[in-house]
Amino acid sequence: MEIPEQEFLAPGHRGCAGCGATVAVRLALKMLGPNTVAVSSTGCLEVITSQYPETAWEIPWIHVAFENAAAVASGVERALKSQGKDDVNVVAFAGDGGTADIGFQALSGAMERGHNIIYICYDNEAYMNTGVQRSGATPYGASTTTSPAGKKSFGEDKPKKNLPMIMAAHGVPYVATASISYPEDFMKKVKKAGETEGPAYIHVHQPCTTGWGYDPSKTIELGRLAVDTGAWILYEIVDGEFKVTYRPLQRKPVNEYLNAQKRFKHLADEEKEKIQNYVNQVCAELKI
Amino acid sequence: MNITRFFIQGNEACARGAIKAGCKFFAGYPITPSTEVAEDAAIILPKEGGTFIQMEDEISALGAVIGAAWAGVKGMTATSGPGFSLMQEHIGYAAMTETPLVIVDVQRGSPSTAQPTMASQSDMMQARWGSHGDYEIIALVPSSVQECFDFTVEAFNLAEKYRVPVIVLSDEIIGHMREKINIPDKVEIIARKMPEEGPETFLPYKAEPDGVSPMPPFGAGYKIHVTGLTHDERGYPDASNPETHTKLVKRLCNKILNHRGELTRVKELYTEDADIIVVSYGAPSRSAITAVKNAREKGIKAGHIKLEIVWPFPEEIIRSAAQQASDIIVAEMNLGQMVYEVERVVKSDAEVSLLPKIGGQIHRPEEFLEMIYKCQK
Repeated sequence: MEIPEQEFLAPGHRGCAGCGATVAVRLALKMLGPNTVAVSSTGCLEVITSQYPETAWEIPWIHVAFENAAAVASGVERALKSQGKDDVNVVAFAGDGGTADIGFQALSGAMERGHNIIYICYDNEAYMNTGVQRSGATPYGASTTTSPAGKKSFGEDKPKKNLPMIMAAHGVPYVATASISYPEDFMKKVKKAGETEGPAYIHVHQPCTTGWGYDPSKTIELGRLAVDTGAWILYEIVDGEFKVTYRPLQRKPVNEYLNAQKRFKHLADEEKEKIQNYVNQVCAELKI
Repeated sequence: MNITRFFIQGNEACARGAIKAGCKFFAGYPITPSTEVAEDAAIILPKEGGTFIQMEDEISALGAVIGAAWAGVKGMTATSGPGFSLMQEHIGYAAMTETPLVIVDVQRGSPSTAQPTMASQSDMMQARWGSHGDYEIIALVPSSVQECFDFTVEAFNLAEKYRVPVIVLSDEIIGHMREKINIPDKVEIIARKMPEEGPETFLPYKAEPDGVSPMPPFGAGYKIHVTGLTHDERGYPDASNPETHTKLVKRLCNKILNHRGELTRVKELYTEDADIIVVSYGAPSRSAITAVKNAREKGIKAGHIKLEIVWPFPEEIIRSAAQQASDIIVAEMNLGQMVYEVERVVKSDAEVSLLPKIGGQIHRPEEFLEMIYKCQK
């Protein structure tokens, strides 16, 4: 696969060492190219790429509010189209909170209306910008500041909201999951999303050193472990056709993934077993 | 009564005050600089038999608190500017349906997302007028961590007493500042007024002489119909009737305005003989008091009024201050909001000057002194 050398997200932004979100954006923009407008919701990405008096964005970029990346992208796309500018990519980048929670209504509306946009959710599984509060995408068992582990509270007690499948249920032409640790797979998907007529949704999993509690040098390794244990699955749905895009040769035990992170360190063996059983069940259905 | 000393943040003090006042329900959404209120509630409430829910946005956060109130539980939420903006529709709804609840708004630099980690007092008018329509709410402004605790307790009591949304208008400085505070093991709690009549004759929106009607919760055997539409004493919509509407909206306003006396809370310093009076609220009061004391040491007859309940506005206090003093200086961390209220009340009785400050920092005492000297000339 040929990867363009040109960068559209400049280095020197204020992301933490080992930040996964900026990896996702950097790779995605390489595939979308210079003829792209980016829309961001409130979140880490917004804050770290737009620190005064600088910007890390080499393309037009707009941040409006937390809840409306998809709505603003809808407006940008429709207005460009009305001027005959059909060759511009309109991409929205929003975190899991800005997608699964506060931005969900706007996203659903945009998908339903069929705008020609690419919506990329960078999923680090909690509100990291405000200091690690749970979101709808926080996985079962994870400790956050608003789902703390303790005597009366177990950590997040609900499974992760299945956003890609909810997007697929909107009947949009392209839905995919991805991981920053499988860059070729992710970039191919971004390319396809850009070529899709109508809405495309990509849900990219990205470890967060600050929120998950691990050494910043391990971001890519940890993302890979998520996929190799089956805790995160890479697939795409093209015009309703579901396909797993990567199958680990031999699935690793999910404990290898859980034990590498502080947010799961309170979990008893039986809870970890519960997570393993859940992963097994999902993987069995998908023959992984 | 036992008192325990703590060294905590203003935001934590709000959570502790709420729980002490009987709050058993917190629904919220993370937003800087208010998140510590939610984080503290998430840790403490489950241990106290309460509920903490994190919602998907601020619209739902206040929606859930409204639901909890009608289910018979005291509830609150905490937020900052952008989230407070999203809550406005529900604030009007809570005023219209007389739903008691507490909102802590930890003000940050505005408008829009502006300055998440810096302080302002720029939501003062939004707290008063943010939702559409004629309505009254109550708002308190703490200027210390102790007041964060005390005023949140007070907010719950006033919410229950008047069946109204009560807003604690904190700010980033007070919210994130750590101070020593005293927390008593028990505080005075005003319980929700329950009907004495049986369900057959009880009218849920028929006010008692104080303008407030009792509020039975869902499931207590009373027929309860809650709607934001104009409703009659039964609570049933009567949206096209001018008389029903006029009577209802006037009562909603008057139940607060007729109790202006009880709802006046200020702290005065050297006002009895002051020629120049500084009026402030919240964080700037801290440096204003220093400046006024400095001015007194220099022989200037300066005084200070710290507003503690800002809505309803303490008209009487400001009016009599204006009759005595020649100059009133209004200091606020915005480009001028409460100054309009002061001017409205003062009319031509005194010279009103504004000492505005935006950018996120508190006024320095020298800035007050400079203004005081200017007024002297």
